[in-house]
Amino acid sequence: MNIIILVKLVPDLVEELTVDASGAALDMAWLRLIINEFDDHAIEQGILLKERGGGQVTIVAPDVEGIDDVLFTAAAKGADHLIKVKGDFSAGVNNHALARALATVVKGLQPDLVLTGVQANNDIDGALGPLLAGLLEMPYVGYLSGVAIDGAKTKVRKEYPGGLIAEMEVTLPAVLGVQAAEQPPRYVAVSKVRQVMKTSTIEEQSASPLDPSGGPKISRMFQPETGGRATMLTGTADEVSTQLVGIFKELGVL
Amino acid sequence: MTQDIYVVIEHLRGQVAEISYVMLAAAQELAKGQNGKVVAVLLGKNAQGLAGNLAADRLISFDHPGLADFTSDAYQKVLAGLIQKDQPRAVFFGSTSIGTDLASVLSIRLGLPLVSSCRLFTPEGKYVSQICGGKIMAEGELPGPTSLVTMVPGGYKPEQGQSNQSPAVTQGEVPSLDSLRVSLKGYIEPAAGDVDIAKEPILISVGRGIQNKDNISLAEDLASALGGVVTGSRPVIDQGWLASSRLVGKSGKQVKPKIYFTLGISGAPEHAEAIMGSNAIIAVNTDPAAPIFNIAKYGVEMDLFDLVEVLTEKVKAAKAS
Repeated sequence: MNIIILVKLVPDLVEELTVDASGAALDMAWLRLIINEFDDHAIEQGILLKERGGGQVTIVAPDVEGIDDVLFTAAAKGADHLIKVKGDFSAGVNNHALARALATVVKGLQPDLVLTGVQANNDIDGALGPLLAGLLEMPYVGYLSGVAIDGAKTKVRKEYPGGLIAEMEVTLPAVLGVQAAEQPPRYVAVSKVRQVMKTSTIEEQSASPLDPSGGPKISRMFQPETGGRATMLTGTADEVSTQLVGIFKELGVL
Repeated sequence: MTQDIYVVIEHLRGQVAEISYVMLAAAQELAKGQNGKVVAVLLGKNAQGLAGNLAADRLISFDHPGLADFTSDAYQKVLAGLIQKDQPRAVFFGSTSIGTDLASVLSIRLGLPLVSSCRLFTPEGKYVSQICGGKIMAEGELPGPTSLVTMVPGGYKPEQGQSNQSPAVTQGEVPSLDSLRVSLKGYIEPAAGDVDIAKEPILISVGRGIQNKDNISLAEDLASALGGVVTGSRPVIDQGWLASSRLVGKSGKQVKPKIYFTLGISGAPEHAEAIMGSNAIIAVNTDPAAPIFNIAKYGVEMDLFDLVEVLTEKVKAAKAS
């Protein structure tokens, strides 16, 4: 089983986000990038599949600042190959361009299964997984919280609202969008990642020229107006607690 | 080519999903300035009964046993043919487990632009989309001549997309649904036995800010003092810190409690859409820019670990007195 996992970095939403001077894009200079949390689940799911049924896990990611650490961390978890796709990603690219850049590389790897996070917080032109599936003419199913291999097919658990799950069968090769791995992404100690850095290598491949067509033009980005903002309670923990108890009484629950 | 706005109606096991009505409301707004009509597109088997209250000018129904339940491959095939033939001004999908399996693939297959996570439209053809967990909005012109769109809730009330007049129905021709690569094997019902969080009046809901499983007991203590139940947002469930029956959000439950008290929840759109029916949201978060403060009635910008134990004691004291 040849398993490819696509990984991208996204803005860390814990940090303050600002719009750049053009008024139509995020200010990349101040942006802290972290792994898309759903991609972290895709890595975990891919490694679980390898542990259960054997195979090779290859991580493919665009070359942006911080990607080496993410790739080596995946290797420390059990990924066999690391590929970073070189291209001018520094200014930020949309998913149509990224999918096209990665599709060429992924096609060359002749995957049985491609896993990626079901979505990312900076998606504005669809998600990477289904765009790639369209380019590779493979079937796509997303919002998955379970994946099993069964011969030339994969059995997946697709989530619907209210906790309902659909069991589906998908013919391989396929692209799957992971919502949650069957277990939380495993933890690896920094010391193990350091050790892996000495023994693993990151293969570099160049991307075809970036083609963002299919994504929308953005004329303005802004922070949402906070018209209906909460009444903020201030003071020490003790003072705030007293106010909250008053509110609980007012609402009739105390 | 037509200036009509097509809305792909989402339904699951005999129920129209709320997002379908939100999309119809948005399509009505957009259609006003585009000289087009709103057309609902319904794929299913004997599903026409679902069309009764859709606020659409007409409905195209694709009726086939292979469309009885949603599968991406079959739906893509039908919709690709329809969109290619009619070339409408826009086609709306939900930003959901169903819609996101369709829109991106069709964007590539048909070479059509896609704008995702849209919240609002103007008659002039402007979209407003939300990214970065609702912290940033992006605005632009909906590309022409045909665009695909995925929609999130929040910009329109579902009632705006409902009507007491049924739309006129035409039958669409279903293409061959042979050699499909995705098939449904069955459904797994949500686990029963735990409390039904949709019916509980007081929910203490924890997010990533709770940091680890051991800290859940802080929320449990507060919940038991108030007579409530502990729930969580997606990251907490995915980490295995709470059972999936306690998940509030897009893939979990929608809740409407008297009090929804959040600890370390940022209020990402997937979570926010599930709690909008709450009577009063009270939010505790260290980040003053957390979107949860935009929908909460009361907010506390404080480390939850400084507050919760003190609050629990005060609640206990108030109950005792």
